[in-house]
Amino acid sequence: MDIKELYQEIVLDHGKNPRNKNKCVGFNKDAKGHNPLCGDKVHVYLKLDNNKKVEDISFEGEGCAISMASASIMTETIKGKEFNVAKKILEHFLNMLKEGSKLGINSLSEDQNTTMMSLSGVKRFPMRVKCATLAWHTFIHAAEDKNETVNTEK
Amino acid sequence: MDTKVIKSKFPIFKNKINGKPLIYLDSANSSQKPKTVIDRISKFYSKEFSNIGRSVHSLAVTATNRFEETRDLVKKFINAKSTEEIIFTKNATEAINLVASTYGEKFINKGDEILITELEHHANYVPWHFIRQRKGAIIKFAQCNEKGEVDIDEIKKLISNKTKIIAITHLSNVTGAIMPVKKIVDLANKKKIPVLVDGCQGAPHLKIDMQELGCDFYAISCHKMYGPTGVGVLYAKKKWLDVLPPYQGGGGMIEEVKKDQITFPGSPTKYEAGTLQTAEVVGFSESLKFIQDVGIKNIMQHEKEILEYGLNEIKKNNSVRVIGDPKDRGSIISFTIKGIHPHDIATILDEDGVAIRAGHHCCQILHEKMGIAASARASLGVYNSKSDIDVLSNAIKKCNKVFNT
Ligand SMILES: Cc1ncc(COP(=O)(O)O)c(C=O)c1O
Repeated sequence: MDIKELYQEIVLDHGKNPRNKNKCVGFNKDAKGHNPLCGDKVHVYLKLDNNKKVEDISFEGEGCAISMASASIMTETIKGKEFNVAKKILEHFLNMLKEGSKLGINSLSEDQNTTMMSLSGVKRFPMRVKCATLAWHTFIHAAEDKNETVNTEK
Repeated sequence: MDTKVIKSKFPIFKNKINGKPLIYLDSANSSQKPKTVIDRISKFYSKEFSNIGRSVHSLAVTATNRFEETRDLVKKFINAKSTEEIIFTKNATEAINLVASTYGEKFINKGDEILITELEHHANYVPWHFIRQRKGAIIKFAQCNEKGEVDIDEIKKLISNKTKIIAITHLSNVTGAIMPVKKIVDLANKKKIPVLVDGCQGAPHLKIDMQELGCDFYAISCHKMYGPTGVGVLYAKKKWLDVLPPYQGGGGMIEEVKKDQITFPGSPTKYEAGTLQTAEVVGFSESLKFIQDVGIKNIMQHEKEILEYGLNEIKKNNSVRVIGDPKDRGSIISFTIKGIHPHDIATILDEDGVAIRAGHHCCQILHEKMGIAASARASLGVYNSKSDIDVLSNAIKKCNKVFNT
């Protein structure tokens, strides 16, 4: 396999020009995530409305292309989704990274599915799965009001 | 030096990594092992094994002899005065913890100062941090300059009449800077301050002679010296071992045990509690023989040549920034590539069979000082050749290509 399957154009694009990389206005929840092995760090800002819908989401952080791209893609994908739906999307995403299953999530557009699938190359690099999932776990922490920092080594 | 011959002594190089020949540039992390070391461990378990120092049967005698012969080899290798000064630990980390804990317990009190540098590996900071916490001591950091080295004046400046120990690396595992250990020891001697040297990167790459260096403590990790994991050495001057308390308690390190009183033997026994990593220690004797057969002078000469070639080649790539530019440098090239995170570099290089390390290399203080979160590090061993460097340079170009930088 070519290394390009890991670093697909979509991944590189999101890695270099991450979307929603800021502190979104009016966020009401946030959480930090840290991967001490690589030094990847993210801080997720979340605005959940009364019906637990993701009204807005953004992140700040520093790390490898995979972690930044994954955080960027996450914010684009789950903005406007109910929290429960977002959790389902994460489940599919994890299955794709760990089992290599195809992604076909009904609640997402074809474009969104394609974008998420650009990270499927991570499956062959077990050391990098943590990079791809850090932002997602941090998002869950923020939504569920867990106070401690997400630590991939704990 | 014929690295083809050297490589042929290391079975690992027969393996393909991702279908490519292994280009191993992670020896600062841990070196590969020659067949003689691997075979020695196997032979010890097959023919000579028993626990040492506890039984009177023949195997116990043989095993004890092999173990103690290794201690003697270490003594000669580093030119210690006696085998009592050689303590086997599980790694350099444990060796430093042993000193921090026992010396700290006895000699460091509230307000006393521990002098270390910004170059230190966490192994030579965290143990002192514990003493800082336990005793209310102060840790002073000698600053590292933009070249990634610590000037002796920085150390001079920080020595005070409260300084109770100076703990410094011999060779930085990030910038490759070789510290002026001898000068620091001379300086400290005048003020009667003991010096601990973290010799993790010094021992595999430099000629080390305890009489010449004159330091009080020297910590070694044998797995970085072509030896087995699980073995470290603490060299300590006998005068310290005579007065410091024991470190861990248990079997083997006692003299007489009563319900109300326990007495302890002298060094090294006092510091070697419990069953030791016997086979690995015996295996380490072959690492020392390997280094002596090749010759430490030849190793130094060879690695210098490859290092210079490597620095030169890598710097040709405009997107690469080499971390540090110390005058006196050994076997380590840490670098960043503009626009590419070190972990992405390591993954792309690995596809070409090139093994490097990415991260902060257990030196967060230094990385912060350099204004970076992480770096990529290529580190050399006796088996590396110019063509290894060429593969590395090409693999770096591939990073540029993948990331369009
Ligand atoms: C300078 C330095 N000190 C200490 C250590 C710790 O060695 P070990 O983990 O074998 O105890 C290392 C190895 O990573 C090192 O490079």
